Amino acid sequence: MALTLSPTTQALAYLASAILFIFALKGLTHPATARRGNLFGILGMLIAIGATLAGAEVQGYWLIGIAGGLGAVIGIVVALRIQMTAMPQLVAALHSFVGMAAVLVAIGTFINRGAAGTLNGVLMGELAAGIVIGAITFTGSVIAFAKLQGLMSGAPIKFTGQHALNALIAVTTIALAVHFASSGSWVSLVLMTLLAFVLGGTLIIPIGGADMPVIISMLNSYSGWAAAATGFTLHNNLLIIVGALVGFSGAILSYIMCRAMNRSIINVVFGGFGTDSSGGDSAGAVAAEKGVKSASVEEAVYWMEDAGKVIVVPGYGMAVAQAQHALKEMMELLQARGVEVKFAIHPVAGRMPGHMNVLLAEADIPYDNVLEMDEINPEFPGTEVVLVVGANDVVNPAAKEDPTSPIYGMPILEAGKARQVYFLKRSMRPGYSGVDNLLFYQDNTSLIFGDAKDTIEGIASALKGGGH
Amino acid sequence: MSESILALYVFVLACFIGYYVIWGVTPSLHTPLVALTNAISGIVLVGALLVTGLEEAGFAASALGFIAVLLASINVFGGFLVTHRMLSMFKKKQKKG
Repeated sequence: MALTLSPTTQALAYLASAILFIFALKGLTHPATARRGNLFGILGMLIAIGATLAGAEVQGYWLIGIAGGLGAVIGIVVALRIQMTAMPQLVAALHSFVGMAAVLVAIGTFINRGAAGTLNGVLMGELAAGIVIGAITFTGSVIAFAKLQGLMSGAPIKFTGQHALNALIAVTTIALAVHFASSGSWVSLVLMTLLAFVLGGTLIIPIGGADMPVIISMLNSYSGWAAAATGFTLHNNLLIIVGALVGFSGAILSYIMCRAMNRSIINVVFGGFGTDSSGGDSAGAVAAEKGVKSASVEEAVYWMEDAGKVIVVPGYGMAVAQAQHALKEMMELLQARGVEVKFAIHPVAGRMPGHMNVLLAEADIPYDNVLEMDEINPEFPGTEVVLVVGANDVVNPAAKEDPTSPIYGMPILEAGKARQVYFLKRSMRPGYSGVDNLLFYQDNTSLIFGDAKDTIEGIASALKGGGH
Repeated sequence: MSESILALYVFVLACFIGYYVIWGVTPSLHTPLVALTNAISGIVLVGALLVTGLEEAGFAASALGFIAVLLASINVFGGFLVTHRMLSMFKKKQKKG
């Protein structure tokens, strides 16, 4: 190589890169600066890769060129083709790649340093940490992907002795890691790696599919810690800094998601309440007995077209039905009649943090019309019509009124305080918590059964056709 | 101060930066945040490059490094591009008159 960066120049380049990554995250403070933030991130990555390739340590370029080129093509094609509704799956898949890469880099480093005769106990301890975190990230993300993609049931998988088994695997893994660090034994390394892969799976399977916002955030965090651990083994400060940033980002998101459900992270990870189909049936039967009102599209349109304000509460059902574009059309038709239309987002709506916001943005719904829970709650009492599209637990007054309810204490969108509430529902099934929704039985609530997208398109065409 | 302790200093201080920066992120951008941090954690690519590109790397280390480079670069390219796609949707829209 004609140009070889000195270690000092390389370190300075890494510093510049780390600063750019901090600005990248800072850019996400507001939608207006967010794209610039992403560009900072890209620039930081280019500098990091360039400085690494130009450094003295990297001598062979063929393999890197082929693998990097292949990865670039795959990454670009996937990123261009992926649907916004499938974003949680994509993120889960990408998290698993970071985890696996961290494992491979650690084992590769062990081999290289072993050949050079520069292994020591501290380094091997760091390698063990990198491998274990990376492996847990990998299988955990694969399971999350499978649940999101529908390859396996989203329901929590539980059995007796589960926590004891997990604890046993964890303790054995740590014991093997300690043995590896002190002896450099390949047997311990392989066994430790395999057990960590198993642990990644067994830790995630008891968590219900609808706790996905927490799982995604947690795995996001793990992938950061895996990168940081890799940084420790390579004595690379850039990886350590970036790993810490990402690790904390995921940890804070996990905390925000848990707070939005009024549950502790321990409760989500170990407690796993989730959909239980038999519970669903009984709740449905109860609902039928209690007599829930159902309404027609025409009735909803009648109230909406002359309303002062309509608030839409989207949930995962909106994503499933791909109803966001129909909602945009409905919004414009209502606005043309002078009706104010707003969207109310609960922090845990959807399958990952901010999922609904992205889908609404995809449908060109201006973000000024999309409000967070604390901003929108005072507006419900003065609102004529609330349209709940595929959401359930996040508007359930039981969270406020029924101390015996499993979701008691969870902050909710106070949709029930509006004059009229219309639930767009496919069936009488309750939300993922399996909890009956008290809002269904309020006098001002009606259910409109059917596919959310069809129903909204029906509303839109009625608004178009029924001109006054 | 040993290299590992110095690394620990860097790590802990970076955690504090992460803490303060991330709390500023607006909830509406949480999905792009996850996608962006995911792209950024593709920084393990640097580690993969160091393992693969080492002159003395044998077959086994090169093979492991090769796969690691492949996976990490999917992350880097896919992550940044998909983040860009998402953020482009958050452009300020003109209000209809």
